[in-house]
Amino acid sequence: MMHDPEKSLREGSVSEEILQQWEARGIKRRDFLKFCSVMTASLALPASFMGQIAEAIEADNRPPVIWMEFQGCTGDSEAFLRANQPTAAELILDYLSVDYHETIMAAAGHHAEAAKHKTVDEYKGKYIAIVEGSIPMGADGAYCTVAGDSALNIARKVCGNAAATIAVGSCSSYGGIPAAAPNPTGAVSVSEAVPGATVLNLPGCPLNAENLTAAIVHFLTFGKLPATDRFGRPKFAYGKRIHDNCERRGHFDAGQYAEGFGDAGHRQGWCLYKLGCKGPETFHNCPTVRYNEGTSWPIQAGHGCIGCSEPQFWDTMTPFYRRLPQVPGFGIEATADKLGLGLAAATAVAFGAHGVASALRKGDETDTKVKKED
Amino acid sequence: MKTLELRYVWEWPVRLTHWFNVICIIVLSVTGYYIGDPFVSVSSTSSYVMGWMRFLHFVFAYVFTISWVVRLIWMFVGNQYARFPAFAPWASKAGWKNIARTFCYYTFVKKELPHCVGHNALAAMAYSGVFVLFLIQIMTGFALYGQFQPGGFWDGAFGWLLPIFGNQGLRLTHHIVMWLLIGFAIHHVYSGWLMDVKEKNGVMGSIFGGYKFIDPDED
Ligand code: HEM
Ligand code: HEM
Ligand code: SF4
Repeated sequence: MMHDPEKSLREGSVSEEILQQWEARGIKRRDFLKFCSVMTASLALPASFMGQIAEAIEADNRPPVIWMEFQGCTGDSEAFLRANQPTAAELILDYLSVDYHETIMAAAGHHAEAAKHKTVDEYKGKYIAIVEGSIPMGADGAYCTVAGDSALNIARKVCGNAAATIAVGSCSSYGGIPAAAPNPTGAVSVSEAVPGATVLNLPGCPLNAENLTAAIVHFLTFGKLPATDRFGRPKFAYGKRIHDNCERRGHFDAGQYAEGFGDAGHRQGWCLYKLGCKGPETFHNCPTVRYNEGTSWPIQAGHGCIGCSEPQFWDTMTPFYRRLPQVPGFGIEATADKLGLGLAAATAVAFGAHGVASALRKGDETDTKVKKED
Repeated sequence: MKTLELRYVWEWPVRLTHWFNVICIIVLSVTGYYIGDPFVSVSSTSSYVMGWMRFLHFVFAYVFTISWVVRLIWMFVGNQYARFPAFAPWASKAGWKNIARTFCYYTFVKKELPHCVGHNALAAMAYSGVFVLFLIQIMTGFALYGQFQPGGFWDGAFGWLLPIFGNQGLRLTHHIVMWLLIGFAIHHVYSGWLMDVKEKNGVMGSIFGGYKFIDPDED
């Protein structure tokens, strides 16, 4: 069901004028059309929306972007910047005016900070805030400061005045690894740190750049953030379970499982369920969109899903190489099945003993004669 | 010498749901165990072992749920032995006496048998717990099941459990409760046998036919 870009051109859904303008900027019309059709498909919109999308990203309403990095690893910036085709992420990045991004901005020190404050003041309620990394609440926010101010204060100010905030990656969406137990810095997500902000969560470790691009395109086209699920994630990207779209699913249903890394089953591409795959617990479009321009994704590469786009994944999805979590209060080696079997055996033994004692016990039986009720 | 009389205690819905539950629990435990730990690995990709296991699990899950609901309704419309007060002996003074008596018998403290027309007090309490475990299985099960279609009916009905307990928490609970039910079943069949032998009240047969031998002085 590939959308044919040339066809929609013939049908006039994207105007010739727009195409020429992009060509003047050095983007081939084919690439631009492909970009529009990928975005339409990513957002699960009918193909007829392609023209509208093309117009929206053409209109001269470039919202400024402030990209903040807090307790994160810059993996999301990397994922976004490493997009290797001009047609996808880079295009949107060029198109938007990124006024502040610690990793890529040319300005430094006071100049950079000044630019940020200027954007916040001038474009109040109009700019897009993007947050990468969690926000520490402990020690009055002292664990993460930028230019002498705490991440918490910065986030409250910048996200609180934005038209929309996009939390990229699991740390800003749910606290991520910094928030894993025992969470020494008191790390929280953007929506917890700035309760009043309009936040879209794009979790993943890292997020998939395609989903960020699509979310921004959605915002530009419709003037609002896309519909979300109960964890604040856009349905277009997190609406389906990995397990339900996984290329190894046939092996799961058949009953073919890799038992160890590198064993015969693993080499034949069998299902990774017994190696602890959390695909059945995880919602993300990895199997269809994949990473790095559709090159691959963890399960294709032979490693089970670790559930990185689910809330608190570091605490809830571990152990990564086992199907189920540990039973709280018991040791590492005590799986639910070992404990259960122990329980069943202990019950049987206890009642067996009770039965022997009861059989030996005399004089407690009812001495009876039966009368029929009429 | 006591003269016992035969009395109709377990009405047919009680017996029917009991046996539906037993069959469902056996099938759900076997298929559920396989889902949790697929110990059989097949060589042909055209097999459908896990597929059938899950299919059976879901079909029997529906049957089990219906059976649970029917039994719940019967708690309100059934006879005095099936109604919910019978399952809460702690709520009445007589119930407490009954609990103490049964406890003393089971722990070999006294020889005097509990003799109850319906469930004895300890059994009734165990059943209350088991009905709750059934409900937990149904709720966690359908919450997990609903994930194949976010926004669908089952997701709407039980999906709210996910943010509270987490997906893995629900799975672990679902898995552990299976073992608790197996533990209960062992104990349950044993005590049924014990009372059958000692009370001579025909309790084992009663769950098939509905009749028990009752000491008329007992009620
Ligand atoms: C007495 C009743 C039941 C028992 C003993 C039982 C047992 C189990 C067990 C042991 C598992 C494997 C869990 C794991 O390790 O991941 C499982 C999975 C599951 N059960 Fe049940 N179950 C019962 C009732 C139900 C009900 C009423 C439903 C409702 C639909 C249900 C739906 C599921 C689902 C959806 C899964 C996960 C399947 C998958 O991941 O493919 N179960 N069950
Ligand atoms: C060979 C298998 C079984 C036999 C012979 C059996 C027998 C009985 C008997 C005689 C009663 C009435 C007990 C009384 O008067 O206190 C009863 C009630 C009950 N049994 Fe079983 N049982 C069996 C298996 C199971 C299993 C596997 C379960 C579930 C795990 C179960 C759950 C219950 C429950 C919940 C009740 C209360 C019934 C009600 O009031 O609706 N039984 N059973
Ligand atoms: S590899 Fe993981 S996601 Fe894929 S079918 Fe197996 S369990 Fe499901």
